[in-house]
Amino acid sequence: MNSSESAQAPGPLAIDPHQTGDDSESTGVSRAAAELAFHGATKVYAGRRTPAVSELTLEVAAGEICVLIGPSGSGKTTAMQMVNRLIPMTSGEITIDGSDTKSLDETELRRGIGYVFQQIGLFPHMTTEDNIATVPRLLGWSKDRIRARARELLELVGLDPDEDLRRYPGEFSGGQRQRIGVARAMAADQPLMLMDEPFGALDPITRDRLQDDFLRLHEELPKTVVFVTHDIDEAIKMGHRIAILRDGELVQYDTPDRILAEPANEFVADFVGADRGLKRLRVWRLGDLELDPAPGDGTAGLTAREDMSLRDALSIMLVEGKERLTVLDAEDRPKGAIALDDITRLIGPQSRTVQT
Amino acid sequence: MMLVVAQGPVIPQFERASSCVRENKQFCFDWVVDNFGRVFAPRLVEHIELTLLAVGIGFVFAFGAALLAYSLDWFETPFAIFAAFLYTIPSLAFFQLMVPITGLSRTSAEIALVSYTILILFRNTLTGLREVPEDARMAARAMGLTKGQILRRVELPLALPAIMAGIRIATVTTISLATVAAFIGVGGLGQPIFNAIQSGFKTQFVAAGILAVGLALVADALLVFLQRLLAPWLRAERA
Repeated sequence: MNSSESAQAPGPLAIDPHQTGDDSESTGVSRAAAELAFHGATKVYAGRRTPAVSELTLEVAAGEICVLIGPSGSGKTTAMQMVNRLIPMTSGEITIDGSDTKSLDETELRRGIGYVFQQIGLFPHMTTEDNIATVPRLLGWSKDRIRARARELLELVGLDPDEDLRRYPGEFSGGQRQRIGVARAMAADQPLMLMDEPFGALDPITRDRLQDDFLRLHEELPKTVVFVTHDIDEAIKMGHRIAILRDGELVQYDTPDRILAEPANEFVADFVGADRGLKRLRVWRLGDLELDPAPGDGTAGLTAREDMSLRDALSIMLVEGKERLTVLDAEDRPKGAIALDDITRLIGPQSRTVQT
Repeated sequence: MMLVVAQGPVIPQFERASSCVRENKQFCFDWVVDNFGRVFAPRLVEHIELTLLAVGIGFVFAFGAALLAYSLDWFETPFAIFAAFLYTIPSLAFFQLMVPITGLSRTSAEIALVSYTILILFRNTLTGLREVPEDARMAARAMGLTKGQILRRVELPLALPAIMAGIRIATVTTISLATVAAFIGVGGLGQPIFNAIQSGFKTQFVAAGILAVGLALVADALLVFLQRLLAPWLRAERA
């Protein structure tokens, strides 16, 4: 399902406007996905001479995941926390769907923005259901509606509503807790989510699974997301756009592919790593390429599905010692073929970038 | 003192008493059973009243002070010193000190008893609030709870185990101290103890002591039960 389809045909969680009328009034933020814009947002901490975030200007389109990344002290978390005013801005403006965040009451603003962070912060004295119900209750939803919503969300994040709604956070693993954290941040159908290294404390396997599940969830419910991380691989995987920050300044704001293909300066090139060419191959899927015609012998040689990343495809070709690979569609019918040369040309000097 | 004892114990209804009572043995169970309603039951009720009132009033004061100290840092030290000062006054002296001011009354007894609860209840409540995990507080703030909502819905429930621990200590301490309150004639289980000290009748002395200890144990058990009801998540975590 792509995002334009889901906007027209609401998924199970998209709440019909008749039902949400009251709530959208009380939060002051429209439902769907919100457009977020920083205009010269600046933060100078008391007693510091240099700003933590300096004149940050960038726009995040509705439904996009914007990753803020940079070394520690680059101002990424500060920038994110200025959005829901956990950190007050020194100067500049942040708008959500065009309206200034300062025009809203602090608590009202925050109730309209989902928040997920590394420490998760589930309330240990509340059941899963009560944790998820926190913001809907503040917004005055009915009991039935809250219960139905909690069930739906728990299922969506891959937990079992029958068992897990009544359990306490202490009874879950770290990965499960962060799933509940994500569900809680979406409980009131907030159009904007802030995620501060949400998967940072999880083991690599769990992290990978949660990243995949979150991307799947995001496709179904395309919220606008600001995602802070210090892990470039996570940024490339999660972001539609990546904002690279250094000492509070925005160095480059672009799609993952363009950042890898054309780093704005040496700092970005260093930051993304010497293997940026190989990293680009992870961004591309076989189906993204202009394929050569499928060979006559069909699926006889080396084959791979079109949703495989170029990186994996390259690895298979190298391991098998084959120069060509037949690309199959979702029903395993031959769709075309690529050659090893195509891949090397792609990331070589005359490369072009994926349009996303 | 030796002389008093030499005169022999003043034992109620001595002529009709059992041999155990006549010989003033350490503990005569039959006498306690026969005289429970007359000698002990009213005193037990008074004792419970003294304790409930003292812990109740003490909790209101200490809780209020702890909330104040939680939001106003400067308030903690002076109040803690004041509460510690009250706590160090010897109990017998405290009761006697109150007599010129509030007389031989329950008020005198309660003022002293309440004073002893405050230090523990104040400390435990404040510590409980301060030990609320920072991530829970942060999450509450980020979700748009107001300060009052954070206090009521997150901080106080999470401080509950520490607060309950304070109430348990304060209750047991008060039950023990309230026996001394009989010194100024306000009843309670101290009354039969004081009487027995004067008369030398051992059974009454021992029985009142056992009742006070029993009351403390029962009260503590009830509070543990109450905490389990109020904080079900603690058991779930341990399981």
